Amino acid sequence: METAISCTQASPGAIAQERPPLEDFAWPEEGVTRVPFRVFSDPAIYALEQEKIFRGPVWHYLCLETEVAHKGDIRTTWLGETPIIVTRDDNGEIHAMINRCAHKGALVCLKDHDNQRSLTCVYHAWNYGLDGKLKGLAFRKGVHGKGGMPEDFDVQKHRLEPLRVEVFCGIVFGTYSPDTAPLQEFLGEPISRFIKRHMDQPLKILGVHSQTLHNNWKLYAENVRDSYHATLLHTFYTTFKVNRLDMDGGIVLSEKKWHHISYTKRATLQADQEYQKAGVHSAKYESNLEGPELLGAWDAFEDRITHSIQTIFPSLVIQLTLNSLAVRFFVPRGVDKTELFWVFLGYENDTPEQEKMRVMQSNLTGAAGLVALEDGCINSFVQRATASSPDRQAFIEMGGRQTESNESSRATEAAVRGFWHGYRQIMGFDK
Amino acid sequence: MRTGHSTVINDGSLPASQKIPAATIQSFLQDYCHTLDDGEIDNWVGFFKEDATYQITTRENRVKGYPIGIVLCEGRGMMNDRIKALKNANIFESHTYCHILGYPSIQSGDKGLLAVRTNFVVYRTMYTGEAELFASGKYLDLIALDNDGPRFAERLVVLDSRRIDTLLVYPL
Repeated sequence: METAISCTQASPGAIAQERPPLEDFAWPEEGVTRVPFRVFSDPAIYALEQEKIFRGPVWHYLCLETEVAHKGDIRTTWLGETPIIVTRDDNGEIHAMINRCAHKGALVCLKDHDNQRSLTCVYHAWNYGLDGKLKGLAFRKGVHGKGGMPEDFDVQKHRLEPLRVEVFCGIVFGTYSPDTAPLQEFLGEPISRFIKRHMDQPLKILGVHSQTLHNNWKLYAENVRDSYHATLLHTFYTTFKVNRLDMDGGIVLSEKKWHHISYTKRATLQADQEYQKAGVHSAKYESNLEGPELLGAWDAFEDRITHSIQTIFPSLVIQLTLNSLAVRFFVPRGVDKTELFWVFLGYENDTPEQEKMRVMQSNLTGAAGLVALEDGCINSFVQRATASSPDRQAFIEMGGRQTESNESSRATEAAVRGFWHGYRQIMGFDK
Repeated sequence: MRTGHSTVINDGSLPASQKIPAATIQSFLQDYCHTLDDGEIDNWVGFFKEDATYQITTRENRVKGYPIGIVLCEGRGMMNDRIKALKNANIFESHTYCHILGYPSIQSGDKGLLAVRTNFVVYRTMYTGEAELFASGKYLDLIALDNDGPRFAERLVVLDSRRIDTLLVYPL
């Protein structure tokens, strides 16, 4: 499933006036191996990010196509701090627009999900089509011939501000900027291919929730690229003697280094004939778990990759933990606050047994994830300790100073450096 | 059948020998909360039958029929693993809970189990001294009445909000 839907009327109307760069800010000369703490707590930098990144030439995750599967479906979300509406119109086309009435700027859609023939702002009943075009408004001709809009009022000049939209493998992406490269080009080849590996069949949402993180959004963007911390901070696997540390793995960076894939392959313990024939097989790990069904899993892919974290700059993550497929996306809620959304997925054609395994493995991640819950607090530790020292900097040289793929080791911060490479470019901090 | 404080539950589905006053159920529910609030985490699984289900989910997931919530334990083994994990593996800042329970509504369920709904709020106090409302929602319980007293056959914790502040490590 791969469709490209363009909206040629994307307007940069939401973009604030170009502002001068922060005059007193310079990135350390060591480049991406240093990150000034100031970028995590300076409101001016945060405001510039909203402009350069979230309203800039970048594709952003909006929602899954399955959330707007039917004509009239409406999903509200955020792009940076801006409230967004995603719709599917009567022709089956997907649209995205700012959730802000063209009249007074009120929110038009108030629910997470809805299904309507059109969009109506409750304040003064301005009514829009599912494509965001203004259809009509109350008392346009006045009442009893008095009042109403001026004669030259033109409904075609007032509409909900549209975003450009592209859909790839069931993921709806949006961008404000007319300058954003086509989505496939933005993602690049290895990233597109890996998204297809997981998402290129009808998806089924199995559960959703979110987490408030008390830290700047970029600390989470770093965290999901940081394969160095995985077996150090998250000790569930080692505590329960689940054999994980000897697995092959590596890091793949996208061509422009902005996105990445971190993967590991399960050890060869399932190569026996019985397993090969069984197709779906609950493989029990040698562990101290009293409830080992938690780790029941089947090999869903021939390449033997069983754990992967894939990031798409700036704020989308696609993960596979055994068979637990999930999309995470994070929304900045202020300079030191971020909301992390979890969408747990399966496929429409999963067997009940497969779905059950995905449900059990969801215990590993999310806000209460046995392997991952530390990520909820670890970056607030960084936030709290760095906020008072904006002039100091982080040191990021694990795995060297390069920002290159490494398919033999995950003891590297190459993907973290890749994020900062992209961030510096788009923010103009690399000059 | 709604019951008052002194009502005896006996609509014919329970043996006469197991007439349980509502106060017994209320006391059981309170003991559970006090155990968690006092940090006696090792005693948590003792409130459940061996094959009990414990799930934390959200109102949104329930409405949409999604099977995944936030926590799912099937059987005491998985519950013990959670406790072992939080004691030995998981890293988080120390904190305590204070559960405030509403008055339970008790009905006869299938197989001689009691179906009990109790609204709750949980305040969380961090080691920094910060106290905050952490969760609100309802417990939807199926309670078995065996010789040792009440035990959960199923405890479904339905949170009102989709959003967890920071993380959830102790059971609710």
